[in-house]
Amino acid sequence: MYKYDNFDQTIVNERVEQFRGQTQRFLSGELSEEEYRPLRLMNGLYIQRHAPMLRVAIPYGLLSSKQMRMLAQIAREYDKNYAHFSTRQNLQYNWPDLERVPDILADLASVEMHAVQTSGNCIRNTTSDQFAGIAPDEIEDPRPYCEIIRQWSTFHPEFSYLPRKFKIAVSGATHDRAAVRVHDIGLYLVKNGQGETGFEVIVGGGLGRTPYIGPTIRSFLEKKDLLSYLEAILRVYNRYGRRDNIYKARIKILVNELGKEEFTKQVEEEWQHIKNSVLILDQKEIDRVKAYFTEPDYDQNAGDDTGFESALNENSAFTSWASRNLADHKVAGYKAVVVSLKAPGIAPGDATDAQMDFIADIADEYSHGEIVVTHDQNLVLPHVKQADLFTLWNKLSEQGLATPNIGLLTDMICCPGLDFCSLANAGSIPIAKQINEKFDDLDYLHDIGDIKIKMSGCMNACGHHHVGHIGILGVNKKGEEYYQLTLGGSAENDAALGDRLGPAFAKAEVANVIESLIQVYINNRDEDERFLDTYRRIGMEPFKEKVYENN
Amino acid sequence: MRIIKDRQIVYDDWTLVREVVTDDEVSSGKVIVPLAYWQQHRDVLLKTNEKHAIWIDGDNETEALLDDLSNFDLIALDFPTFKDGRSYSHARLLRQRYGFEKELRAIGDILRDQLFYLMRCGFNSFELRQDKDAEDALKAFNDFTVRYQAAADDAVPVYKLR
Ligand code: SF4
Repeated sequence: MYKYDNFDQTIVNERVEQFRGQTQRFLSGELSEEEYRPLRLMNGLYIQRHAPMLRVAIPYGLLSSKQMRMLAQIAREYDKNYAHFSTRQNLQYNWPDLERVPDILADLASVEMHAVQTSGNCIRNTTSDQFAGIAPDEIEDPRPYCEIIRQWSTFHPEFSYLPRKFKIAVSGATHDRAAVRVHDIGLYLVKNGQGETGFEVIVGGGLGRTPYIGPTIRSFLEKKDLLSYLEAILRVYNRYGRRDNIYKARIKILVNELGKEEFTKQVEEEWQHIKNSVLILDQKEIDRVKAYFTEPDYDQNAGDDTGFESALNENSAFTSWASRNLADHKVAGYKAVVVSLKAPGIAPGDATDAQMDFIADIADEYSHGEIVVTHDQNLVLPHVKQADLFTLWNKLSEQGLATPNIGLLTDMICCPGLDFCSLANAGSIPIAKQINEKFDDLDYLHDIGDIKIKMSGCMNACGHHHVGHIGILGVNKKGEEYYQLTLGGSAENDAALGDRLGPAFAKAEVANVIESLIQVYINNRDEDERFLDTYRRIGMEPFKEKVYENN
Repeated sequence: MRIIKDRQIVYDDWTLVREVVTDDEVSSGKVIVPLAYWQQHRDVLLKTNEKHAIWIDGDNETEALLDDLSNFDLIALDFPTFKDGRSYSHARLLRQRYGFEKELRAIGDILRDQLFYLMRCGFNSFELRQDKDAEDALKAFNDFTVRYQAAADDAVPVYKLR
């Protein structure tokens, strides 16, 4: 994985000192709350319902075991012994003291981490595929480009006061696991007719109040032009994005108001001016960064193992876990293990300091010291030998980290909601709990199969409800928590926004409604058709009828 | 009036005229007039005044200045609030695309914590908000010794130094 050199370390250290000074000036009254606010946000610091919340950047989701241990230590020292992994592959602390945040940042800097631009109206942490570098369907590893974008966008002087936040995602595989089409800029690594690799550029996707699936504005961009093209897009946005209305300030609104053709024309015109400048990305730099993402020393004989097969035959609990929590690896005899952070009774994405330490240890033992945070708020151990899987599973089980539910109904995405977030209309964690209690039969869950439930506590859509196969949105009806459901969303290659089911439901009904929806699916599915595919085939009516039959 | 120019606190003899009430007040001396006023009274101003300066805000296109650029000794870009980032782009365009080499001044809601970025986008003078301490603000220019990307200053992408 990427290692800081002197330049990277210096800039992060200087940031810590800068923020320490800013915080001191705020506490002494020199800086007003209004002046301090954007400064703290650009360091990931929110003032939440109960306490500040600090969001730490995990670039493209990749962590070393050493970094994971530091995250655990911070949870112990400055917080209440746990932390929350977010849908943008970052990590959040819910209870730090404002005064001590500069110290946390200094601790992070000691392991090459930071909280730079994890909030605020600037370019945020670039996200990617959780199986980057190991996926069998990969065209090229996207992480070197994420890192190049990270460096280009860090403290970019022109783009630090954008109309609104700005999120970039890069995917290098044929299967989109990075929700590329719902980002401000989405990049797919693709091959052109000549067999060269470059980028397909998508602009103006996004969720929130006005969700859009982003259109492609360039089907092939050469790698050397990556930064100049990004700069052209950002410049057009910075100049013309709306600043009069916070709900209309994202680039998706600009793209939509101008129309894709006009927007593209403006970007291409701007690009003509700068494409032959110092922004040209040297192949040398691409190669330098790529050299950090080389493969670990794989065991060439890992595929000879037969123990995995026999364990599958002997232990049904292991089989059940293996059927859900493993992903294919490009090297024979290896698997990627998904560690579920969705155990019943736990807020989705939460991990205790002890669990984090434990995961760091097993990453060292079984996965070359690497860990990846997923968009679904789970963790991946990317390089595990199949011969080690049974032992690993036993160890994970002891820590409550082997819930065999990846991709299943209880592997929900859920924002912090009313329990933590000051913008929330309604709780989302209690709904997750309700659903977990209703669907507590593992065999039934496995029978239902792949389904994505995504839940947000308000229109801001941090839980990506629009692109859930079932989306749940918290709304406020005369002071009561209500929930609006959508069906048929997807964030993958077939990206789609969900359709509204009908009137919202009271809090106590949500899990029952989900159960009815699942009933309709089970009664109508063709063999092993997924929920989403059944919905697409039979449409909304049967679901609607069943759910509202008593009204 | 005290301003920051080229990283020093200096006394400055330009007068910023936010709104021109009578022609007299801008008919001599060193005045910074609104773009719209300049556009209407250009020929008179070119005769009566020796030095010329305008101020624009984020709504004005830098491209609207192109024919006149060589006349200006100073261009001031206004930040109605420090969160309005449009003039960062405008400054870079004036400096890097349109070759404006004279004084480029940031006016309005100008605070210490934005100076580093403003400087990097090509501003070389700053009229700090009245209630802020200029001595203190000077420290901002040393916030960072490493710059990852090129802008309107002398930085090159840091990887070229690696
Ligand atoms: S979706 Fe709304 S409630 Fe949930 S975290 Fe985002 S802003 Fe808060």
